Amino acid sequence: MRPMPKPVFLAAGAYTVSLGPGRREFNPRTARPGLEHYIREAGRAALAQIGDPALIDEGVIGNFMAARFNRQGHLGSLMTIVHPSLEYKPALRVEGACASGGLALATGIKSVLSGLAEVVLVMGVEVQNTVKALYCADYLAGAGHYEGERKDGPAFFFPGKFSERAGAYAARIGPAPARNAMARWYRNAVEHARLNPAAQEYHNTVPDLMAQGLTPPNPKGFTEHLNLFDCSKVSDGAAAILVASEAGWRSLGLAREDVVQVAGMGQCTANLTSPPADLTELTTSRMAAAQALAQAGIPIRAVGVFEVHDCFTISGLLSVEALGLAAPGGGAELVLGGATARAGECPTNTGGGLVGYGHPTGATGVRMAVDLWRQLTGRAGDCQVPLDKEHGIMVSMGGNDRTVVSLVLRR
Amino acid sequence: MDLSRRLEQVAVVGAAGKMGSGIALLLALELGYRGLEQPDRTFILNLVDMNDAGLQGLVRYIRAQAAKDGEKQINRLRALFRDRPDLVDNQDMVQEFVFEVLLRLRTGRTLALAEDALLVFEAAFETEEVKQTIYRDLAARCRPETFFFTNTSSIPLQGLSEACGIPGRLIGFHFYNPPAVQKLVELIRPRDCAPELAGLAGELATLLRKKTVPANDIAGFIGNGHFIRDGLYAIREVERLAPEAGFVPALHLVERVSRDFLLRPMGIFQLIDYVGIDVFELITRVMSRHLGEDLRSGLLERVLARGIKGGQDSGGSPRDGFLKYLKGKPAGILDPESGTYAELAGPWFQAAEAKLGPAPEPALSWKALSRDPAAPARLDAWFQALRGMDTLGAGMARRHFQASRATGLNLVRQGVANSPEDVNEVLKLGFFHLYGPITDYLA
Repeated sequence: MRPMPKPVFLAAGAYTVSLGPGRREFNPRTARPGLEHYIREAGRAALAQIGDPALIDEGVIGNFMAARFNRQGHLGSLMTIVHPSLEYKPALRVEGACASGGLALATGIKSVLSGLAEVVLVMGVEVQNTVKALYCADYLAGAGHYEGERKDGPAFFFPGKFSERAGAYAARIGPAPARNAMARWYRNAVEHARLNPAAQEYHNTVPDLMAQGLTPPNPKGFTEHLNLFDCSKVSDGAAAILVASEAGWRSLGLAREDVVQVAGMGQCTANLTSPPADLTELTTSRMAAAQALAQAGIPIRAVGVFEVHDCFTISGLLSVEALGLAAPGGGAELVLGGATARAGECPTNTGGGLVGYGHPTGATGVRMAVDLWRQLTGRAGDCQVPLDKEHGIMVSMGGNDRTVVSLVLRR
Repeated sequence: MDLSRRLEQVAVVGAAGKMGSGIALLLALELGYRGLEQPDRTFILNLVDMNDAGLQGLVRYIRAQAAKDGEKQINRLRALFRDRPDLVDNQDMVQEFVFEVLLRLRTGRTLALAEDALLVFEAAFETEEVKQTIYRDLAARCRPETFFFTNTSSIPLQGLSEACGIPGRLIGFHFYNPPAVQKLVELIRPRDCAPELAGLAGELATLLRKKTVPANDIAGFIGNGHFIRDGLYAIREVERLAPEAGFVPALHLVERVSRDFLLRPMGIFQLIDYVGIDVFELITRVMSRHLGEDLRSGLLERVLARGIKGGQDSGGSPRDGFLKYLKGKPAGILDPESGTYAELAGPWFQAAEAKLGPAPEPALSWKALSRDPAAPARLDAWFQALRGMDTLGAGMARRHFQASRATGLNLVRQGVANSPEDVNEVLKLGFFHLYGPITDYLA
């Protein structure tokens, strides 16, 4: 694996509240902010951290399904509402299901690597609470193979798909450890989210999270192997971060301690039309993370903070295995032992992750980068964990492990 | 003729009313699913009401509720639409289901619409004159094999069926409000009820996922047999307390005790308002006429004479009655002399509360108890405490409890109910009481 052709950095990250069920201010029966509000808020929060916004060369925005959730396409053009200086500059929307944010980062990074841009504003957005969860499931099912699997698939399509993975995992390691580890993942997610004022679970006051996480699944009403607490919620939110060359961030008036370097990037795509070969493995995630680590030239043990795509608690368990933190089937034990909690040796999803912070799908990959950037630059507030290692890693996954972007970031 | 065949042609008379629209919804959903399951058969639901605007509102209501039901039963729909390649998303299927439901509806203002019906549900205005006019007309129009299900909550059926020329073809199938939600159906078989009809009624209740409690054909049956007397007891209590306490504080005391000391979902006057003071009064007339017991109340007549009727508006929000409502919650109490409402605040309110005395500790509410698996033990402790308290509130609670219990026991003694359990079941299922009146708590 060749190293990055030239140094690329991330700076000035920001994200909005993840609004949806769980937040006190969320009321499904009253009008709520829309797509433009989130784009404006996250974008401007990023721009507020830099000198001259006119120095931004390009915009990239990750979004999955605004065309259905909000009846709005053409989001690249919509980016210009963030600042007038974006007018008449290149901007585009990229889509790769729930990895849309990761793809936006990859696109911005490639622009800087090409030398055609010094600073790229990378954003992600999704506003999903425009429809009930049942119809949200329809739209999100677009991340699967519509022709091949939607018609005969479950009503709640992706919960059903990851329930199959949870079932296979339980068959592999035993139902009790699998269920316990998923409950523990939920507990960690909410405990982390309680420290993050922007998180959807920030207001959660449930005393016994493990007990809640152990709620038996309801196969008739939902899925066979996942309960509602195993799932990330329906969320509205946006995130923004700048991708810049060294000359780029210097021109913005930033210092080296304000930025993190993109030490490695992995990007893999698997065939959408064929089912995963092994339900107990996130193969594409494993390959993308391995690429990113190889490009960074570090082993996984050199990484001190982790962001994984826990759209469901089972994907969290499988992700730590895909990263190589545990052997296949060993993720449950690692999580149950507390390693992925903020006080553990592999602090993971320190801002709550998808289960705790929320999952505004197109924004999630960018939000992960912001959380890593905050941790590595000491800006994570109450979520901050002590770090004696220089690296963080994120894995942004789309669909059933079909499109994956992984980044290794260096302090 | 079996139920399945009869469901091909159904009518609801008085369909746009509060009860009629709920019954229409239940049937529309059932026929909607049935139509999908048996595509080679035709199911029709004829909705008859004098009120055109009400019928349009009913179709809108059924459309909205069918969507909600389809969403809840999405797995059933996905299975039913398995062979429809054009329907893939949940949304496609729910919309198609709503269309299928609406496809079965026919609305109209005259009973001519009901003439092909094999099952007729009637939920017309609760007076014998109105019901007789309808059934005489239906008797002339409908086929001899048509069966009639009346939703009357008070009118004896034997006399009605004889007077209208439909002997053996009428049964009491009394839903509780709102019919789509409440699990209880009070089933009343008049003396001459055809055995086939009784069997069909049981089958239909199972189909609509209702629990039936049998009541005998005596005016008021079990539900109103208890409710009307309970309401009248409350009115007499107010009249007893009013000379000393004043009318408004007296009504407040009785309302508070019935709700917060007896732990009911709402106070007795709020319940009368919910049913409608006019409906309540009509039922007292029916029962008085048939039972030879004077159940009329001057207070009800005075309040109605002022045009104050309670009930709900078309959106389901409570209209002012004995109580005034703000955002659906009680906010004032009627002074029947002036027709104005006293706010639940100020010196009179504080004095009444002080007079009432505290409720037992620890504090309990109907809402919390209704979801509490330990409710029986908590109720036990609560009533144990009430027994020993020497306050106005505790004394009123004991008296009200005993009056309610005596009414329940009389219903059994007079043959309205077959057993104390049936009385308790009606109060628990139909009125959401946490306990039946025939218990020993404060006996």
